[in-house]
Amino acid sequence: MDQLTPFTPFFPDQPDTRPRLVVIGNGMAGMRTIEDLLKRDECEGRDPRDRYHITVFGAEPHVNYNRIMLSAVLAGDKTTDEIIINPRAWYEAQGITLVTGDPVVAIDAANRTVTAASGRVARFDRLLIATGSKPLVPPIPGLTLPGVCTFRDIADVEKMLAAARSHRRAVVIGGGLLGLEAAWGLKQRGMSVALVHLMPTLMERQLDAPSGQLLQRDLDKRGIAFFTNGQTELIFGTERAEGVRLADGRSVPGDLVVLAIGIRPNIDLARAAGLEVNRGIVVTDDMRTSDPDIFAVGECVEHRGQVFGLVAPLWDQARVCAAQLAGDETAMFETRPVATSLKITGIDVYSTGALMAADDADDEITLRDDNRGLYKKVVLRDGRLVGAVLYGDVADGPWYKQLIENRTDVTALRDRLVFGQAFAAGAVAGKTGPDVGAMPDNAQICGCNGVSKGAIVAAIRSRNLTTLDAVRAHTKASASCGQCTNLVAALLLQTTGPIGEVRAPGICGCTAAGHDEIRAAIRTRSLRSMTEIQAAFGWTKPDGCHKCRPALNYYLLCAWPGSYRDDPQSRYVNERVHANIQKDGTYSVVPRMWGGVTTPGELRAIADVAEKFNIPTVKVTGGQRIDLLGVRKEDLPAVWGDLNQAGLVSGHAYAKGLRTVKTCVGREWCRFGTQDSTSLGIRLEKMCWGAWTPHKVKLAVSGCPRNCAEATIKDLGVICIDAGYDLVVGGNGGTEVRVTDPLVRVATEAEVLEYTGAFLQLYREEAHYLERTAPWIVRVGIDTVRRRLIDDAAGRRALHARFLHAQQFCQSDPWAARVAGEEAHEFVRLPARVEA
Amino acid sequence: MTPKQEWRSIGPLSAIPQRGARRLGFGIDTKPIAVFRTATDQLFAVIDECPHRGGPLSEGIVCGTTVTCPLHHWVIDLSDGVAVPPDEGATMTIPIRVIDGEVFIEMPRHMPGTGQGGAGER
Ligand code: SRM
Ligand SMILES: Cc1cc2nc3c(=O)[nH]c(=O)nc-3n(C[C@H](O)[C@H](O)[C@H](O)COP(=O)(O)OP(=O)(O)OC[C@H]3O[C@@H](n4cnc5c(N)ncnc54)[C@H](O)[C@@H]3O)c2cc1C
Ligand code: SF4
Ligand code: FES
Repeated sequence: MDQLTPFTPFFPDQPDTRPRLVVIGNGMAGMRTIEDLLKRDECEGRDPRDRYHITVFGAEPHVNYNRIMLSAVLAGDKTTDEIIINPRAWYEAQGITLVTGDPVVAIDAANRTVTAASGRVARFDRLLIATGSKPLVPPIPGLTLPGVCTFRDIADVEKMLAAARSHRRAVVIGGGLLGLEAAWGLKQRGMSVALVHLMPTLMERQLDAPSGQLLQRDLDKRGIAFFTNGQTELIFGTERAEGVRLADGRSVPGDLVVLAIGIRPNIDLARAAGLEVNRGIVVTDDMRTSDPDIFAVGECVEHRGQVFGLVAPLWDQARVCAAQLAGDETAMFETRPVATSLKITGIDVYSTGALMAADDADDEITLRDDNRGLYKKVVLRDGRLVGAVLYGDVADGPWYKQLIENRTDVTALRDRLVFGQAFAAGAVAGKTGPDVGAMPDNAQICGCNGVSKGAIVAAIRSRNLTTLDAVRAHTKASASCGQCTNLVAALLLQTTGPIGEVRAPGICGCTAAGHDEIRAAIRTRSLRSMTEIQAAFGWTKPDGCHKCRPALNYYLLCAWPGSYRDDPQSRYVNERVHANIQKDGTYSVVPRMWGGVTTPGELRAIADVAEKFNIPTVKVTGGQRIDLLGVRKEDLPAVWGDLNQAGLVSGHAYAKGLRTVKTCVGREWCRFGTQDSTSLGIRLEKMCWGAWTPHKVKLAVSGCPRNCAEATIKDLGVICIDAGYDLVVGGNGGTEVRVTDPLVRVATEAEVLEYTGAFLQLYREEAHYLERTAPWIVRVGIDTVRRRLIDDAAGRRALHARFLHAQQFCQSDPWAARVAGEEAHEFVRLPARVEA
Repeated sequence: MTPKQEWRSIGPLSAIPQRGARRLGFGIDTKPIAVFRTATDQLFAVIDECPHRGGPLSEGIVCGTTVTCPLHHWVIDLSDGVAVPPDEGATMTIPIRVIDGEVFIEMPRHMPGTGQGGAGER
């Protein structure tokens, strides 16, 4: 290779007199230091490229990415492209020479050079070591078998994804944060997953035994098999890994074995260079190693006897190191309490400080609700909070952490402390999470990046930020693990005022524009086709992609109900074919059963169709109707034809539209019934069927507050009472169950219909495509919905009228249309003639 | 003298919707074949099985020269049948051409293809 070739200086025609800064490790801490260094200069109005000639060596072939989000990539929630922090163009723009895929193999501290594996040599005046850590690997046989890997970088994730595609079973060794996230990701990818953990409970360093057990119980319910108290003795297998054997004789089969038992600071280079090392590379408060021109940051360092494994303290190190590199010798690093959370959807864990009382003088207060899966513990010492462990509801985590960090005297709050901030402050406990308005300015919002409420609000105001991405870019809040995204969004909303201003992330990769912007333009600029929208917003791909096309099709349909012509090629298969595709490529057929009521004649027709077409499964759904599963695509029109004969029409079980209106028997039969919930449900279904909506919509009507129709977890529920009807909105089941918010109490059925139509229209016009009512209401706030529907009676009536207007155009049975020959090409295969 | 391949007519171009696909009534080695037509009338034929778990690609959304599998949203480039990274895998492509508005695909002659089996067949 190009041995001993010096790098081309940044200004090739001038002698480059800038001191040379070399960075080893293109990872999170190293690059944050460089970003901070450049930002300092920018703020001071100097060209950041003037200070140093920077060269970065990275062992990985990639640019710098958000390692934390590898869990999300594994679980399929993000792609590797989406976790890139700085693309190559950024390095170029900053004048940084980036060498990837070429690890440094030696540091010559005396001659001030580093040498990479390819033989390249770089001279430095100052050196930054940011080599991170290596996964800890137990000394057991079988480590070199194919199918064994660790969980640290993109290459590891690629190995796991490849295994998930071709193999079925995985064993994860290690029940800490990393192991659990690996197990969950692999489970999401369809593998059956076993997790072996040495200790009796999970995450024992961050959770006490009761919360560790709750965590295990919840993950067990989600299908992960746990082997606690399990010491792995060996990995067995001949061609590739086939499983692991534990010391007590148990054996756990698996074609993929993931080791996630811990990390070890990566200090080999520093040790060989003669720098002082212990467990990590020893640094002083100014982030210097034993050689004053050599700095170190990140998981490779040891500071006052402590090593690190979470990013929050690394960001502090990066800031201090950047300051020192810029000549500010007063900047000093000190450790602060850190908090741990787990990035598994629907599992909320938060822990900070002490896990339990150290002795009798300490005080532990515990709140436990096994039914709701809630656990909270706070640990007090001398009238001050020293630790908190939360499971199930973690909204108060940052508040507790703040109390610990500020050493606040909590004696007066003691009895209420465990119930959380809202309660402790004497306010009514709200169920929508912490009230950002009530938080003090110094309350920490983003734990990873140490960003306070005050800093976020100041940045939003001074820079006129309107998008979450912009807030992220300027403050780093929610840019690492993303758990505080909702809080940051709430602050943005509160600071910028009207909700229309907030721009959520772009609709897809084809454009920078967001949903709200596009919807507004469709109306105000009267855009009437996809091509016009794409032209107006500079789509990068002429055809769009599978994310934006269905969204745009819906937005146009909603804005121009009478005139826009639906584009079947921009619909997901289910909506195009009017049946649900199954995993084997067959379809399911779910006829509508108005309000869950059927007749012998309808049942007979369903039975006949099932026999005539050899339909393998007939199932009662969770939506009070019947599903015919396993219908061949070619048979669909004929099946529908027979069902139509008996008066059965499409149930839209496939649609982002109205699904079901569940009812209970109500006053007609039930001894507790207060109103005729069944026929009200049928009236509602007759009004709403056929409507296209941003996501699916489900309604329910219960005849009394016993609520047998489960109205409180529906998009809109009606609960009948003697005095009339309670309307509740914004609930759903799914992975994150949400109970509805009360909307209004009305006296008559006519009002129920009016409010329902208005609510659905508001949702249709203002939610983002693929956003159900629950997340929509969380985003805009139930108060906004109440204002629009209750306070503004004229507005409500107008919404209701627009709903009914749009319904005229979509209330015709799509099945009947296809029986009559519409879109016939969908259901017939192309024939072939052999050329003579 | 028997040619190894033969071109079979599968009907007029107009039978295939733009940015859409049709499945053929026969296959290769019991695997179904999908024929795609893009917005700009480019044509592609591939085995109608997603390299992930065999999903019917003919049911996916077509954008440019790619199709998104309806089952788990892998994106497959129709020009070579290869999955767009980070996903990996490929489905076989089959030569296709249009002559005077009539579409032909090239079938290996030793594989008559019965059209049976594959996703969607029970
Ligand atoms: C058939 C049925 C299961 C059953 O055999 O009972 C079913 C089947 C599916 N549900 Fe469901 N859900 C069914 C009732 C429910 C219910 C119960 C209810 O409606 O009261 C719920 C909880 C209530 C709710 O929606 O909030 C439910 C919550 C979900 C969710 C989670 C929704 C969420 O907002 O988090 C999904 C996932 C999604 O939509 O993204 C889902 C997705 C699905 C999908 C579409 C999965 C998929 O993408 O293929 C399944 C389609 C199967 C098919 O092709 O027919 N299904 N699903 C039920 C059909 C009801 C009907 O008659 O139309
Ligand atoms: C899957 C996963 C999930 C995580 N989740 C969280 C979380 O939720 N919250 C949290 O706070 N933390 C989390 N972490 C930990 C967090 O990612 C690390 O603390 C952080 O990345 C450490 O930064 P670093 O710069 O020290 O090391 P790294 O980010 O590992 O960077 C070091 C880089 O140096 C390179 N390198 C090493 N040796 C050389 C050499 N000789 N020459 C050139 N380059 C070299 C490495 O290849 C690597 O790219 C998670 C980690 C993983 C793996
Ligand atoms: S029907 Fe619903 S709960 Fe059952 S497997 Fe499918 S998505 Fe999951
Ligand atoms: S089968 Fe195609 S993406 Fe899963």
